Amino acid sequence: MAGAKTHDYHILPPSIWPLSGSMAALVMASGGIMWMHEAAHGGAVFLAGVALLLFTFYSWWSDVIREAHAGDHTPVVQLHLRYGMILFIASEVMFFVGWFWAWFDFALFPAPVEVTDGAVSLVQTAGVWPPKGLEVIDPFHLPLLNTLILLCSGTTVTWAHHALLEGDRKGLKTGLWLTILLGLLFSSIQAYEYAHAPFAFKGLNYGAAFYMATGFHGFHVIVGTIFLIVCLIRAYRGDFTPKQHFGFEAAAWYWHFVDVVWLFLFAAVYVWGGWGAPVHG
Amino acid sequence: MTDTTATAAHFQAHDDHAHHDADHKPGFFARWFMSTNHKDIGTLYLIFAIVAGIIGGGISGLMRAELAAPGIQYLPTWLAMLHGPGTFDEALHLWNVLVTAHGLIMVFFMVMPAMIGGFGNWFVPIMIGAPDMAFPRMNNVSFWLLIPAFTLLLASPFFGGAGTGWTVYAPLSTYGEPGPSVDMGILSLHIAGASSILGAINFITTIFNMRAPGMTLHKMPLFVWSVLVTAFLLLLALPVLAAAITMLLTDRNFGTTFYDPAGGGDPILYQHLFWFFGHPEVYIMILPGFGIVSHIIATFSRKPVFGYLGMAYAMVAIGVVGFIVWAHHMFTTGLDVNTKMYFTAATMVIAVPTGIKIFSWIATMWGGSLTFKTPMVWALGFIFMFTVGGVTGVVLANGGVDNYMHDTYYVVAHFHYVLSLGAVFALFAGFYYWFGKMWGKQYNEFLGHLHFWVFFIGVNLLFFPMHFLGLDGMPRRYPDYPDAFTQYNHLATLGYKVMAAGMVVFFVNVIWSLIAGKKAEDNPWGEGATTLEWTLSSPPPFHQFETLPKID
Repeated sequence: MAGAKTHDYHILPPSIWPLSGSMAALVMASGGIMWMHEAAHGGAVFLAGVALLLFTFYSWWSDVIREAHAGDHTPVVQLHLRYGMILFIASEVMFFVGWFWAWFDFALFPAPVEVTDGAVSLVQTAGVWPPKGLEVIDPFHLPLLNTLILLCSGTTVTWAHHALLEGDRKGLKTGLWLTILLGLLFSSIQAYEYAHAPFAFKGLNYGAAFYMATGFHGFHVIVGTIFLIVCLIRAYRGDFTPKQHFGFEAAAWYWHFVDVVWLFLFAAVYVWGGWGAPVHG
Repeated sequence: MTDTTATAAHFQAHDDHAHHDADHKPGFFARWFMSTNHKDIGTLYLIFAIVAGIIGGGISGLMRAELAAPGIQYLPTWLAMLHGPGTFDEALHLWNVLVTAHGLIMVFFMVMPAMIGGFGNWFVPIMIGAPDMAFPRMNNVSFWLLIPAFTLLLASPFFGGAGTGWTVYAPLSTYGEPGPSVDMGILSLHIAGASSILGAINFITTIFNMRAPGMTLHKMPLFVWSVLVTAFLLLLALPVLAAAITMLLTDRNFGTTFYDPAGGGDPILYQHLFWFFGHPEVYIMILPGFGIVSHIIATFSRKPVFGYLGMAYAMVAIGVVGFIVWAHHMFTTGLDVNTKMYFTAATMVIAVPTGIKIFSWIATMWGGSLTFKTPMVWALGFIFMFTVGGVTGVVLANGGVDNYMHDTYYVVAHFHYVLSLGAVFALFAGFYYWFGKMWGKQYNEFLGHLHFWVFFIGVNLLFFPMHFLGLDGMPRRYPDYPDAFTQYNHLATLGYKVMAAGMVVFFVNVIWSLIAGKKAEDNPWGEGATTLEWTLSSPPPFHQFETLPKID
């Protein structure tokens, strides 16, 4: 720019990552359709798209981190990043609104269906929710434990944040390690719960809405855990200062968002949405 | 509206050395495939929208040809051209494919990319005195995601074709059409949605954080206000569509029963989710047009827009209320009477802020020093035609009346008056208004007027008879009709031909003007044009505002 630019905004050089990301979307979508329709090599094409997408993410965000170190992230650019992350989380909230909408539609206006030995049939009487004959997961066993695990991870990530603000690098790493381990523990328990659940994904709206809502939440937990792992690696590499550490803050915001979604899932899906039905096991 | 008395010299790096930097452009591939420049990305969006518009408009030509006379005219022939000879039912399916493609292309790949991606990218940063968008790289991925989305949609007819309509209602879209085409359409929408959400994040951040010193929200040009409201609608509405069509995808391919009553599901749930997105979506298409028209009316009346704050907050009100009226698209699905009463009343409330806008445009012209340049006649056409569409909208808002009108050509007439004659007129108005600014060459005034009049007569001849067809009971989405409807349909097809002739004039004008047009002045419109883009050269430097402008 040779001194021509007198503002604090970040004028970027050209970048190939947007194009490679969009090509990854095309390969993923094509592969996904081939796979769903059992065409040859569909799964492989899909995975190639995923690989290109992950490579794009890695390269693009590496550029962002490099630019941060180069001093391109002036206070106003950091403010952009904050706005961007908050708005992204707002759109994610609306995505979950869709899943909760389906859940409440089914729960408040139950369809006349019942389950006998795993087979779903239409009945002549009014429906109940959960559908008659369905066993549900006891909300006050593993789901309650998972609630406590996520809430606890919310405190450990705040611990890490305060340590970072105080310049306590060891506390930052410990807090992040604990948060990541709690996140992995949550995902493992969720996987165990899915494997032992008394209802299926297919054939009945209860299972469909349950697995899609909690499944997308679980996917977000995994993404959040990866985000925190990246932060931990960056912490070991000496990134983040008490004054400038938006990458960490974005991960923490995302983690809290995932946490809050779980509280709604726990209350609306596990406790309220399963109330009155026989409990499995 | 923002009034700035400063001249171009204040804002452009004008000594030789700095000018060289400001205008330094990357090489061809880097400039157009790896862009981080809001004006270049805006240009890419406009080119994309024009290509999509030709395809989507061509498809409507096929539909008007088929509907020119009763009976099935061409569908079996076209099917044979596409796939080889097929059954009569497959030929009828092709009709549904055409309807679906036309709707999706015009909504997602023509109007939205042109309004928000094209004009939004070009002029939002300039109007707020910013050097670029907040996230220039993400800006480019918003554009490039449209390419795979459009590719999937355009490829789908070769795999059987999605004949679900742009609304993709279950159960037609679930077990009604099991082939891969509907999945291609769904994933196309997913990708286009991701593109729009990223764009919305970018615009909101840019508008909140990058306004030049002194430009408060209440001094911000109305086009920027319109894009701000639009971006919020995109951000909050599209994810709900994403969830809805993800449920379609799992119902189709993974055995879930979200929309299948046999498994406790509810097909009406899909309609609720779709229209919770779909109603804001129609405001997404029209709000930027409101912004464009406000600028043009003020410019060619040589007066500031009447009731600036009322205009801005009317758009905010339309955006907010737009989220709580969705079920007026579902009056015939068996909603109970109280629900219908609520959605009728809430829908009619939208006529209030919309009326504020219409009357404020008229008041802006009142006592103004009017000049009828091409953008102005398009803007006047917009006000007239959009009002017609708005009035039929108030008719359709009545749950009781809609029992009679639902899924008739009256509805088709209504939404084409607000979109084809509303949004598209605003697009042409903006295109002519900013043509010189964007390309540095001025359009031809005579051809611009000719385009307007031919197009205006054509689209009215095309769409006005549809009101009568609808009132007489002709249903939407059928390739055939009883003989009684022949005359109006014949008129409509004639209208399409006139409109198409108008489009020929448009393309002649664009190509002629780009090659041999007069060099555009910095501000060809005189003192009525007060926003910041008119303080820059035409075309503006590659990076404008290297020193930020100050707004008094």
